[in-house]
Amino acid sequence: MKKEFKVISQIIQNNKRVLDIGCGDGTLMEYLKINQQIDVRGLEPKKNLVQKCIAKGLPVIEGDAEKELIQFPAKSFDYVVLSQTLQAFLYPEEVLNQLLRIGKQTIVSIPNFGYWKIRLHLLFKGTMPITKNIPYEWHNTPNLHMCTIQDFVNFCEKKNIKIDKSMCLTHEKISEITNLNMKYKNIFSQLGIFLIQ
Amino acid sequence: MNTGTKNMKRLIIDQSMELDCGNTIKDFPLAYETYGKLNQNKNNAILVFHALTGDQFVTNINPITKREGWWKHAVGPGKAIDTNKYFVICANVLGGCMGSFGPKEINPQTNKIFGTTFPVITIKDIVKAQSYLLQHLGIKKLLAVVGGSMGGMQVLQFTSLYPDKAHCAVPIACSSSHSAQNIALNELGRQAIMADPNWKKESASPDKGLAVARMAAHITYLSKQGLQEKFGRKLQDKGSLKFSFDADFQIESYLRYQGANFVDRFDANSYLYITRAMDYFDLEKQFNGNLSLAFKNTKSKFCVISFSSDWLYPTSENKEIVIALNACGANVGFVEINSDKGHDSFLLDVPDFLKTLSEFINSTYEQINNEKRI
Repeated sequence: MKKEFKVISQIIQNNKRVLDIGCGDGTLMEYLKINQQIDVRGLEPKKNLVQKCIAKGLPVIEGDAEKELIQFPAKSFDYVVLSQTLQAFLYPEEVLNQLLRIGKQTIVSIPNFGYWKIRLHLLFKGTMPITKNIPYEWHNTPNLHMCTIQDFVNFCEKKNIKIDKSMCLTHEKISEITNLNMKYKNIFSQLGIFLIQ
Repeated sequence: MNTGTKNMKRLIIDQSMELDCGNTIKDFPLAYETYGKLNQNKNNAILVFHALTGDQFVTNINPITKREGWWKHAVGPGKAIDTNKYFVICANVLGGCMGSFGPKEINPQTNKIFGTTFPVITIKDIVKAQSYLLQHLGIKKLLAVVGGSMGGMQVLQFTSLYPDKAHCAVPIACSSSHSAQNIALNELGRQAIMADPNWKKESASPDKGLAVARMAAHITYLSKQGLQEKFGRKLQDKGSLKFSFDADFQIESYLRYQGANFVDRFDANSYLYITRAMDYFDLEKQFNGNLSLAFKNTKSKFCVISFSSDWLYPTSENKEIVIALNACGANVGFVEINSDKGHDSFLLDVPDFLKTLSEFINSTYEQINNEKRI
């Protein structure tokens, strides 16, 4: 399991209810179910991945978060998880509002567009940055709304979203983001992980 | 059509059961069939519900019609629902014509067949009758309840009536209430039967009307694209149009064949009664307009399956079931299977569907066995 999921699973307390949006093949769900006795649910748009989850006995619904989240009652999950997908939605703000409505807490991870390699790529090559984490070209990328860690934190401030925890990942190394190290982390982190409500 | 009961398992239910219409029935027969063996823990039983024109003979050769069972692709040794592993039960529905209590049976009070004096039955009545069969077989909790189309409606009704009687439930290509379009199409079939002058005669059966009903219904089971690909405008055994009303086109000939074949094995009055039961089905209404209350206490794990080209019970209607289950916090998965075979997809060899069905049931079985060990 990738490091990001380990970090997310450590944030989640045992015996809770979790909704994983864009759960993929259910790796995180399965881990949470087996190791942390979590009552898991998933939402995934790709049929083949939904079928994989169902084969594992995971309750996953095929559907698009931008249309399907309305059906979940308010505060029906202890945690809602959205891993590296916020930037791919047409209306990320609306999706985020839904997550905050459904979950008592929400865990969102974002690929950091402020990462130094990305900055240098654009500065020196003058073309849209392609990295290991963001391997797409400008014309085939699903990522419509890239943002930086700083952008996301500013957004939360502006929208009165409370950040309970902010962490970042660089080369599998996890660290905490604070007000003091924010500028630095925004340059040197590949991924931001936030617990918000 | 003549159905002997000698090759059938038949349970006479000696209790009285009140029907939704207010009538009470008792000492009535329920014909059923089983496949595979019930294990010692009695936790490998799967109740399969058949659709409108199905019967208890799910797989193998149907001893009455001598044709292959209606769900041969899904049920059998080594199949998606593996009868080497599971004990599969299927009952002919109340109102049916394959040995269960239906309009074709003799009314002991008049010594004549019931015909349209048979009480109107509902999906709820159909499901309640089958619970007596489970009692008779000594099964307290099923591994799964599974069914497509009207079978799916029975799955929904069963899990709603008995929230703790099945570990998992698979409603396939169905709806929690019949839409106006569904009712309209059923009414078309019923009117075709009733327009046949033989319908009211005791000595004859309205074969022409029943065949037309079947032809119309059959179109609704297929998709436009599927029909176009299979038949297009191809002509039947001829090089050019004959400028007549014979079956020039292959599709015409195919439908006529479907209709003619059907009357050999189905009773016209059963068709009236069962389509009525489907039309009356409205689980939402049973719970004052809130479908999620139907599943409020459910302990079953659900996997709802729909098909992309099914326009009779489209994905949107299946999804309403998912939404209701979600709203009450039930354990539910959902997938729409890509298929161009229309509503009939659930009966056919559609690998993605059969794989999902099998893996969902297998994973549930594994899970309950693991829980036992702990």
